[in-house]
Parts: sequence; C-alpha cells; structure tokens
Amino acid sequence: MSERVNVKKKSSTLAGGKERGDKVAEAKADAALPALGPVGMLRWAWTQLTSMRTALFLLLLLAVAAVPGSLFPQRPANPSVVTQYIKDNPDYGKLLDTLQLYDVYSSAWFSAIYLLLFISLIGCVVPRAIAHYKAMRSQPPRTPKRLSRLPEYGTLVIPADAGIPASEAITSAAGVLKNRGYRVEVRDAGGERPSLGAERGFAKEVGNLVFHTSLIGVLVSVAIGGLFGYSGQRILVEGDTFVNTLVGYDQFTPGTNFQSSQLQPYSLQLDKFDITFDRESRGKIGQPIDFSASVTTKENPDAPAQKEILKVNDPVTLGGTSIYLTGNGYAPMVTVRDGEGNVAMQGPVVGKLQGDNYYSSVVIKVPDAKPDQLGFQGFFLPTAFVSNEGVSYSGDPGLFNPQLTLNSFYGDLGLDDGAPQNVFEIDVRNLTPLNARNLAAGGIKLAPGTSYTLPDGKGTISFDGVKRYIGVDIHHNPGQLYALIFALLAVAGLILSLYVNRRRVWVRTGTHEDGRTMVEYGLLARGEDHRLAGEADAVRKLLSAEWQLAADADPAKSQQTPSSSPDNGPGAATTSAPRTPAGPSGPEKDQ
Amino acid sequence: MPFGINETMGQYSELFMLLAAGTYTVAFIAFAWDLAKSSKALRAIDLKAAQADESAKVPVAAGAAARSESHLAGPAGRTERPSSSTARPAGTGGGGVMTADGDMRYAAERRAPARVAVALTVLGAVIHGAGVLTRALGAGRVPWGNMYEFLTTGAFVAIAVFLLVLIRRDLRFLGTFVVGLGIIMLVAASVAYWTPVGHLVPALQSYWLIIHVSIAVLSSALFTLTFAMSALQLVQSHRQKTVAAGGADKLGFMRLVPSALSLENLSYRINAIAFIGWTFTLMFGAIWAEKAWGRFWGWDTKEVWTFVIWVVYAGYLHARATRGWTGTRAAWLSIVGYLCVIFNFTIVNQFFNGLHSYSGL
Ligand code: HEM
Repeated sequence: MSERVNVKKKSSTLAGGKERGDKVAEAKADAALPALGPVGMLRWAWTQLTSMRTALFLLLLLAVAAVPGSLFPQRPANPSVVTQYIKDNPDYGKLLDTLQLYDVYSSAWFSAIYLLLFISLIGCVVPRAIAHYKAMRSQPPRTPKRLSRLPEYGTLVIPADAGIPASEAITSAAGVLKNRGYRVEVRDAGGERPSLGAERGFAKEVGNLVFHTSLIGVLVSVAIGGLFGYSGQRILVEGDTFVNTLVGYDQFTPGTNFQSSQLQPYSLQLDKFDITFDRESRGKIGQPIDFSASVTTKENPDAPAQKEILKVNDPVTLGGTSIYLTGNGYAPMVTVRDGEGNVAMQGPVVGKLQGDNYYSSVVIKVPDAKPDQLGFQGFFLPTAFVSNEGVSYSGDPGLFNPQLTLNSFYGDLGLDDGAPQNVFEIDVRNLTPLNARNLAAGGIKLAPGTSYTLPDGKGTISFDGVKRYIGVDIHHNPGQLYALIFALLAVAGLILSLYVNRRRVWVRTGTHEDGRTMVEYGLLARGEDHRLAGEADAVRKLLSAEWQLAADADPAKSQQTPSSSPDNGPGAATTSAPRTPAGPSGPEKDQ
Repeated sequence: MPFGINETMGQYSELFMLLAAGTYTVAFIAFAWDLAKSSKALRAIDLKAAQADESAKVPVAAGAAARSESHLAGPAGRTERPSSSTARPAGTGGGGVMTADGDMRYAAERRAPARVAVALTVLGAVIHGAGVLTRALGAGRVPWGNMYEFLTTGAFVAIAVFLLVLIRRDLRFLGTFVVGLGIIMLVAASVAYWTPVGHLVPALQSYWLIIHVSIAVLSSALFTLTFAMSALQLVQSHRQKTVAAGGADKLGFMRLVPSALSLENLSYRINAIAFIGWTFTLMFGAIWAEKAWGRFWGWDTKEVWTFVIWVVYAGYLHARATRGWTGTRAAWLSIVGYLCVIFNFTIVNQFFNGLHSYSGL
C-alpha cells in the first residue's frame, strides 16, 4: 500500500506498508545477491516471487496466456474439431499439439503461471494479514511534529471566554472522532501540548485480504469440481426414460475421483417435447423461439412420480445433479421386416441435424434381419421440397411434408466383433447396395404411413410416423456452490477494499498566551483517497460545532497558502489571530 | 412465450436512431469548435499575459502557482503521489501549460460552443433513448439481444453515462471523443449490423440476459470514458514533458484538458467502478452459463476474453500501486484493456465460433 503523501517519511509509522516493505526487501535482496547460499537463494526467490511487481507481471502474463485458447480449437470443448484441425494443417498442426495449444487451460505453462500467481498471492496475503492483525490491535501512530506537512491541515481557535482549556479540547475532540468511527488515542492529556492520534478504515485492508484469499477459494472450488464431479449426455425420444446409472448415459465423463456409487438411481421420462417457431419476425421465420420438455421424474425407483418442465435456461435438479436441455430434433419411426417377414426392427431413429430447418441424417442398422443384415442411410426432412436443380431441402422446421429418403444395403454390419460403433454412422464398405439413386432400383422415398419393399426379397421398410427427441446434459459439480460463495466474498472484499478509506487524523491543542485555545489538526490517507479533503471539512465542521465556533464559510481557509505564513502556525492560518510563538508546530517534542 | 412483434414500433425506432445520429453529428461539430476556439482564445490570453509580463494574471495559474509542490511535479518521475490531489484545483502541471481545472469542476468562465454542444448531446440522447425504448417495445423484450441492439443501446448508455458524469465534472473536453464514438456505433449498427425486430432464441430467454448484459454494457461505457482519458493522459504527459523541457507547445487545444495526473486520478476512480462492474459481469455470466449449459466456466471464446479483460484491469489496479508502474504504464494498461473490450465485442462476436455465437448475424 503506497503512501501517496507528500510527507517527508521521517517517522517510520507514517511511511509504512508495502512501499517501505518493498524497499527493504529489495535492499535485502540487493545486499544478499553476491554470496547466496542455498537458503539465501530460496529467500531471494521468495522475496522476488511475492513482490508486487512479480504479481503484476504474472497477472499480465496470465492474460496473454489465456488468449491462444480462443484462437485454436480446444480439446475439452471440441475434440473432433481439433483432430480435423491437425489434419487440415499438416505443417504446424502437430507442433501446436506438442506446445499444448489445444489444451491451453490444462497445459503445463498455463498451470505454471496461475500456480505461481497463487503462490505469490499466498506469500503476499499471509504476511499482510499478520501485519494488519497487529495494526488493528496497536494504537494509532504517534502524532507527527509538523501537522502542517500533512496533505490536509487546518486550525481552529477557541476563544478564551469559552472556557475550554487545551486538555478539555483534546478529550472532546477525541469524543467527536470516536463518534465518527475512529479509533482514538489521547497523548499527553495533562501536558502543555496534548494531542491525539486517530485511525479508521481497517476494513479496507480486511477487504483486500478477503478479496485475494477468496480468489484462492475459487480456484480450490474449481479443483474440487474437477475431482469429484461428473457429467454425461443422453438422447431421449418422446416416451423414453433415463435412469441415472452408468449404462443410462450415451456419453459419460467422470471426474478424477469419481465413483459410480455416487450416482443416485433417479429416473426421468420425456413425455412430450414442444417447440414454438417464430412465425412473425422478418428474416427469422422458422427460428425456434421456445423449447419446452414435459418430463416425469422419480427421485429413486420407489419415489412418487413428479411432473416437471425442462427448458433451456431452466434445468431440472434431481439427485444432486442438474439436467439441461441442450439439443433436439426429429426421430422418424420405422418398422423393418426382414426377408423372412419378421419384424427385425421397430422404433424411432434419431436424426442428426445437418442443415437448416431440421434437415437431418438418419442411419438405421438392422442386425437382426435374416437372412442378411440390413442397413439404411439417408435423410429426414420435416418439410420436403425439391429445388429446380433437383436437390432436396427442408423448407420449414415444422412437420408439413415429412419425408424419409434412404439408400439401403445388405451384408455384414460388422457389429458382432464387439468394436464400439457410432450409431450415427454406418460403414458401407463391406455392404452390398440395394437401393441408391444410381442403381436400377433407385432410392427409397417414404412419407408417413407408407412402406417400401426392398429388391430381391430382402424385406420391407415402413415409415410409421415422427417423434421428437431431446438431448440432455447431466452435470454434477460439488465445487460450484463454494465457487459462488467465494466469488461473492471476493466481490464484497473488492468493494470494501476500493471504497473504504483508511485515514488517520491527528489533533494537537495548546493554550495561547492570551488565553485562547489553539487547535490544529491534520489528516493523512493510506492509499488512494480522493475524499480526504471532504473528510477534513467534515471533521472541521464537527469540531466547530462541538466548541460552538462560528462555522466558517470558507473551508479553504484551512488550506492557507504558506505565502502568508512560512511555518504555518495555527495563529497564522486563522485570519484574525495574531502570530503566536506557542503554535503547536513550534519546536516541541514529537509526541 | 414472448410477446408479439410490433414492426411499426421497430420502424419508429430506426427513425429515432437516424435522428439521434444526426443530432450527435451537430453536437460533435460544436464540441470540435469549442476545442478549436478555446485553444485560440487561450493563446490570446497568453499573449496578453506575456505582453503585460505578468503571468499571474492568467486566471487559474495564479492560484495554482502557490500550490503544494506535488502538483507541480507532474506525472513524470513522480514518486510521491498526493492522496487527495483531485480534491483541489490542481492547476498547473509544469508552469502555465494547463488552463483546465485539475479538479474537473466547472469553472466560472463560459464556453458557449461547449454549452451548445452539451445541449445538443442531451437532445440527441433523448431521441436516442426514444429509439432504444421503441425498439424494446417493438420486440417486446430488453433491447439487447443481437449486435445491432448491443451497439445502439451501448452507444446510448455510453453517452448517457457521459452526460451523467458531466453533471458533477467538467469532462466536456471528452465530448468530441464520446459523441464521435456514439456516432460511429450508431452508423455501424445501421450499416453493418442491421437486424429487424425479432424474438430471442431460447438460449437468450433468461432474466440473466437483463442482469448480465446490462452490467456489461454499463461497465463498457465507463471503460470507454477511461480509455479516452488515458489516451489524453499520454498525450498530455508527453506535452507537459516537452514544455517543461522548454519545447514548443504544439498541442494548444490540450490546454482544455486537465493535467496528466488529474486525468490519471479520475480515470482510476472510474476504472475502479467499472472493474467492479466487470467482476459482476464475469460472475453473472458464469451463473448464467451454469443455468444454460450446465457448467459455470468452460473457456468458451467469449469467456476467455471476458476473463482476459478482467485480468488486464486487475493488472491496471495493481499497477497503480506498484512503484514505477503508475502514470504512463498504467495508462497503457487501461488502453490495452479497452482494446480487449472492443475486440471482445466485435471480432469475437463475429468471427469466433463458440457458444455465444448468437449475435444475430
Ligand atoms: C489472482 C491474482 C490477483 C488478482 C486478480 C488481484 C487483484 C487485485 C485487485 C483488483 C486489487 C485492487 C484492490 C485495491 O486497490 O485495493 C488488488 C490489490 C492488491 N493486490 Fe492483488 N491480485 C492478485 C494477486 C496478487 C498477488 C499475487 C499479490 C502479491 C504479491 C497482490 C497484491 C496486491 C496488493 C498489495 C494490493 C493493494 C494495492 C492497493 O492498495 O492499491 N495481488 N489486487
């Protein structure tokens, strides 16, 4: 905390804090530099690390280091994009990977920066907290010799007939300042030049410490979330039920310390999913403007069922997790009969969004078909149109003219060798095409309620109707409540630190030879304080009221320029008073 | 379900925006005229003063000559900083270079063009406000759901904040800058980002849009003011050094601008408020992200840049308490911070893919 004061830093209590600490530290470091043992080396490193300059440097470095994460695709957010990016940039894609530029926020160098920053922070906060604790318990600093050197200075004169001697004036001044929230100590009360020191605004430093400490709290909370949290995804077609067990997830990302016993087996059933499309904004017709999923939930298998609405920005919380609506689409219902006439597959097929207006791709795998396994690949269009060039497209997100266009294959789907397969993709290399535009049989085109008989007696496929599906993300993050609490604490600390002013006031009184009581006071702020002059005015008014002095209209009086009086004695500063040798700024002792 | 769309309101709004931009343009000219005229008038005063060989007759400089030495020190090589320097008129920063009040309080002397300029800006802001309001009514929601609306509403907030500060402080020397920026924003909105009134996508339908974005816009408006002040501070500090070293004062209009130290002190105070605002922006953004996407922090591009801005301004606050970093270096940090704000708003919104990519383009 720099003392931004134009006071000659004679007294050590005045020139306190960081500024001086820094100087001492630096002096120490300089002195120690030539012959450093291992301990000296460590101490030197520690002093450097915890200096304000290093903190500033690391902060700026952190800002710079965060930037590449926005320039290159990041693995945690988008692993497939990263893979593609490396493929697309063979010359430097790999190099960026070795530099961890696709994992910036978990990279060694990014971690190093913020860990160093936080070590520096701890190294800074702990000694400051101790020092502040001591400061809060010790008395205000002793009264400086020349109050007139303080940034705010003023004098008051109590007339002789008021009957307030110097000692009484100082105690009543102490009372005034106490009422104003200062901690006050009166010195030399019975002496010739009684004085008082007062201080307030300890909350500033407390706020600063709370702020910095809370940042550590936020970091730790984030780490806890990474250790014990988990997240997963699931697609639910209308009518489907999700049960919170590992097999219930389509995709699951456990935290480092996750245990499957953490999962509470609640269930969530998607009853219905409604979308409202924009039908009135110019240029935005057909944009979804409302998603609303009606779900039935059960806390555990035996709990009563509950109806809830899941919306974007409005997750459902269940069993310590939150469930978010993150995607949706159409799932055409199909029935496939095999060459032997048996139903080999029946149900919804989740369409993957490919283009505007829910233009979706579909893949149907029918491993149970006999004698040959069947596969289908194609598109679903909720409102099918054909352009003049013969290209199909979806003209609207609503179900005005649903159409399923498919190619078909038969052969071995390759599902039996146990290798996991993506349900949205089909590998047709080992399959024999049955239907395609370039084949004699042509492609398959189905409207709801229609069916198609595959060539060569391979079976039939019928399009029974359309359901909607939703994609949900399920998250559990035990750290996030703590992160919020620490963040709020940090803001509170920051506000205190920036808006509480740490101020000191000193008052000294003395008796003029003609019987008047002369009062001088000075104010000093620690750190930035643009309202110190206002405080000086307020103190002046309060003291004037206390002693029933005529309120002087011009507070600037207290800032008399030295030109009218070279040594600024109180007598000189007050217009009517004659110069006095007994001015408190005379050659008296410093107490 | 959101309210309906009212196209007519939307058209009124666009008309108001146009009128506001026109009014601002006249105000801009008046502000510029004020700068030019004042610099001429000041030169005339100087001339007279020099002729009379009585520099004490230069209005503010007379009182300022007797100021404590800290005010004379100027920002260069300053090691001790007055804690309450802005509380008093700190007139000079190197012997008669400065005529403007360091306190940035209104002086007695009247600047007619500046008064006209402020009056026009107020008029423009009223029309502009009507434009923002009708936009909100037309869309049936808060008027900050896409780039067009961020820009038009943001420009309004920036100018309104400027006018509010003007009530207390004489920052009219910033007029050309703030009003000029307002015009640029309005023009950019209408030309490059025009979007008809429309509904919000579901991802934006949240009360957090109201809280998070409004605080972000307010903080950005404050950062805009401090950016201008920091830029002027650099110029002023350079000029003060030149003049102190006996060089010629080529930037006469800078006399209207307070000393580098006063600029630094006021911009610090405004930056402190804006930093708190930005901290809230960050926090509320995180809370909203948790509600919408299930994680409160995911290093999405927009999040990254919001974080970078936060760290840069934290660096700025630190710099102000670090020896050797006050003054010019701190001013540079404030400028860099603002460039990041601009970058975050323009480039990131448009060219980076991320979860925040619903800028309405
Ligand atoms: C996570 C990194 C940090 C952040 C975001 C941060 C942020 C801040 C902010 C915003 C302030 C302004 C509050 C005020 O002026 O009272 C501040 C002040 C301060 N910070 Fe930090 N800080 C960080 C790390 C550190 C570290 C590592 C140190 C110690 C080496 C440190 C030392 C200080 C000191 C001494 C002040 C007081 C400045 C003053 O009184 O004006 N900070 N910090």
